[in-house]
Amino acid sequence: MSTETNEPVVAERSVATERVEDVVIRFAGDSGDGMQLTGGQLTSTSAMVGNDLATLPDFPAEIRAPAGTLPGVSAYQVRIANYDIHTPGDAPDVLVAMNPAALKKSIGDLKANGILIANTDEFTDRNLKKAGYESNPLDGDGLAGFRVYPVGLSTMTRRALEDSPLDFKSRDRCRNFFALGMVYWLYSRPLTSTTAWLEDKFAKKPEVAEANIKALKAGYNYCDITQAFQVRYEVDAAHLPAGTYRNIMGNSALSLGLVAASRRSGLPLFLGSYPITPASDILHELSRFKHFGVTTFQAEDEIAAVCSAIGAAYGGALAVTTTSGPGLALKGEAIGLAVMIELPLVVCNVQRGGPSTGLPTKTEQADLLQSMYGRNGECPLPVVAASSPADAFDAALEACRIAIRYMVPVILLSDGYIANGSEPWKLPQIEDLPDLRVDFHTDAAGFQPYSRDPGTLARPWAIPGTPGLEHRIGGLEKEDLTGNVSYDPVNHERMIGLRAEKVARVAQSIPDVEVFGEPTGRLLVLGWGSTLGAITGAVNLARERGLEVSRAHLRHLNPLPSNLGEVLAGFDQVLVPEMNCGQLAHLLRAEYLVDVSSYPKVQGKPFFRSEILAKIETLLGADNVH
Amino acid sequence: MSTETPTLTKKDFQSDQEVRWCPGCGDYAVLSAVQTVLPQLGIPKEKFVVVSGIGCSSRFPYYMDTYGFHSIHGRAPAIATGLKLARPDLEVWIATGDGDAMSIGGNHLIQVLRRNVGVKILMFNNRIYGLTKGQYSPTSEMGKRTKSTPLGSLDNPFNPLALALGCGATFVARSVDIYQKHLRETLERAAAHDGTAFIEIYQNCNIFNDHAFAYMTDKEARDDQTLYLTHGEPLVFGKDRDRGIRLVGTELEVVQFGDGVSAADCLVWDETAANPTLAFMMSQMLPPHLPTPVGVMRDVDRPSYHRQVVEQIEHEVEIHGAGKLEDLLYTGEIWKVGEDGAVTSF
Repeated sequence: MSTETNEPVVAERSVATERVEDVVIRFAGDSGDGMQLTGGQLTSTSAMVGNDLATLPDFPAEIRAPAGTLPGVSAYQVRIANYDIHTPGDAPDVLVAMNPAALKKSIGDLKANGILIANTDEFTDRNLKKAGYESNPLDGDGLAGFRVYPVGLSTMTRRALEDSPLDFKSRDRCRNFFALGMVYWLYSRPLTSTTAWLEDKFAKKPEVAEANIKALKAGYNYCDITQAFQVRYEVDAAHLPAGTYRNIMGNSALSLGLVAASRRSGLPLFLGSYPITPASDILHELSRFKHFGVTTFQAEDEIAAVCSAIGAAYGGALAVTTTSGPGLALKGEAIGLAVMIELPLVVCNVQRGGPSTGLPTKTEQADLLQSMYGRNGECPLPVVAASSPADAFDAALEACRIAIRYMVPVILLSDGYIANGSEPWKLPQIEDLPDLRVDFHTDAAGFQPYSRDPGTLARPWAIPGTPGLEHRIGGLEKEDLTGNVSYDPVNHERMIGLRAEKVARVAQSIPDVEVFGEPTGRLLVLGWGSTLGAITGAVNLARERGLEVSRAHLRHLNPLPSNLGEVLAGFDQVLVPEMNCGQLAHLLRAEYLVDVSSYPKVQGKPFFRSEILAKIETLLGADNVH
Repeated sequence: MSTETPTLTKKDFQSDQEVRWCPGCGDYAVLSAVQTVLPQLGIPKEKFVVVSGIGCSSRFPYYMDTYGFHSIHGRAPAIATGLKLARPDLEVWIATGDGDAMSIGGNHLIQVLRRNVGVKILMFNNRIYGLTKGQYSPTSEMGKRTKSTPLGSLDNPFNPLALALGCGATFVARSVDIYQKHLRETLERAAAHDGTAFIEIYQNCNIFNDHAFAYMTDKEARDDQTLYLTHGEPLVFGKDRDRGIRLVGTELEVVQFGDGVSAADCLVWDETAANPTLAFMMSQMLPPHLPTPVGVMRDVDRPSYHRQVVEQIEHEVEIHGAGKLEDLLYTGEIWKVGEDGAVTSF
């Protein structure tokens, strides 16, 4: 298809409707263009019509980078499908570019023959220059491989809002909803979900709600009347398992998981946190749940955040601190204290690109080794990882379970991709959630603060206020049983062994790692965390192509599942894709003496399915199987 | 308080652990005063928690037969804040030193003071790092020669009371290890305060900084160099109580009684003054030309942080009802997928 087909066509020509299985749409614009919000609305609407979906927000660390520049581009990609999908898609089918910079940054990703909707009003000489274009790309042949629809989004929006009481600037701000309206028409989406959302969001500013709704409808009607597009698409509802669903972002799911753990344990939730991208939303979310007995404490720094949580844990709360990589580094000493005093604590690390300040708004998995080893002394602790936005709910519950049952700090790993991505979440039945009820120790007879449960090796949780159990804890080495300060060399070695053994015994309470595909064979793709989607998609495709490949995914990074060594031994090759330089691979080699193939990617971006598929094909010598 | 609370004695607050401070350390005196005062407060023993950081004074919890938490360097205020927020029913006391509180833990100290969390802070000030064997501390005087400052310290010292007042602290006091009666009275006053109570305790380190406070604590010098602050009383001091402190313009000065000058001309101490200016001036009184003030510099009411945190939660529960997990999960835009795959939105 060529670019001249964007001419308005005669009204009587009917538009064909085509059913597609899935589509990837990316909105890209300035940081102030509302792209995250626009993408979020397409996501919500698609969730409500029953599609499966996955999203990938991509925004700059700067709140408002200079308008029109490349660093200021904010994008939101959503994939909508009528089947079970795992990733937000490698390449968009549709790109909405609100300005030249957005076009420049995203056009390389657009699929061949993909649809490009460009806001011509913003393609001014000045903006073109800012984006580094010497001439208007919409005029030349450079975009010949795409279906280009140049639309004066700003002009059209202004025209639609001629009667609006809003000022000129505020009217212009509605142009993202004009663009959204066009996409809604193109993919046959209902407007109701978004109009209801706008009415609710701007209940106190009805003129703003009205203007945005008008812009949305104008965009929709523009397509309807002008028949700018020759084809209109439909994406049927996905055949998701029966149940009640809700679209959820990772940070929200994690927050809800913590509240659920609080309810299931009967312990009040205490969050000590210091704002840091991309973890802050957990603090925001939980601060709204005060009526669930949640205490949120915005501390003066990362150290105070974890220390306040340790204090709350000592008092008998379900204590949590949330952070990202740099914050975890600062918390290291205090986490060591929690290991020593053997109190439950959940440390959520929403990983971002590092080292140092790194890439605050981009995703990475490079804190695995920091989580494992980033403390002084012999200081092991359990590490669990969420693998998708909805999975963060279950991962949070699991982290709390281990912390409470084993009286130990647990690091829960998420990342920027999980945190800000979203997907449909099949809501659990409350009664199916794990029972985390806790009995504080109250019996003063023979009380020893460092006696241990014979199964879990957990010490008793004896909280202040309990008569007769007065005792002292602290960071100095403890004497076995009494917990008194001890410098005895043999005792020190014994206590190090006990603390390590306690963590190792967590393996007794976690399920075996499950292999999807043949349990033994030529190639296993093993992942952890947010690579789940890309790995699943790639392995499924490879298997459809007849390749002998299985996959497995780790929830528990420490301890590893008991059967993992056996699983690894059953395959000729093991491929480990990770968004770091091979940290899990490093652990696996050390633990199992298995020569795993590491597939690192550290670009601040998730893996594409196609990348992993290509790697599988290479390893199986199947590059030519297509 | 229940009348059934057994009468507690000093012995009840002594743990079975051997006290390991150096013989002659001022910490012994502070420990004794605390162990004397706490049983008299009518509070069950199990309600007390002593939290400390790192340093000689931070070994304090081990010697108290209460709940105790010897944490990490400088962080006691942060740990105590979390504990008090989670458990407002507990009596949380912090034992810290000039290095722990003013250097590595400086940020946590100023934050707990500004928030007015209901914890008591006993800051042992010996003007030296003892546990690391004698480096200068943030309260060491300028020019001090120590292991790490062989040519003399160049750091201007903190004035702990001025710092606390600057943070908006609601209870600020000073006492001295060997002024046992005064120390006990000051501890009682701190115990009765609802917000953060900050007491600087001059404490002699006889190993690394001996006689640091001898200029005022020596028997002969004591009455002439110590100004006892008593609320509502004129500021009078001296062996013969023949001198006082007068406010002239924006300066505090010493006046000798006689020649028509008497206690009636002296400043009457008001620890409850809303304006902290005089307390700040008092905190700046330095030897040798002015006596060193001890006692309560400031004791004012301001809503305590932990109570407000609890009130916010109670208020939300009152408005919204106690949250139900079902409601939390099954909210927002939800849809149902039937056994037949049919999608129903709500």
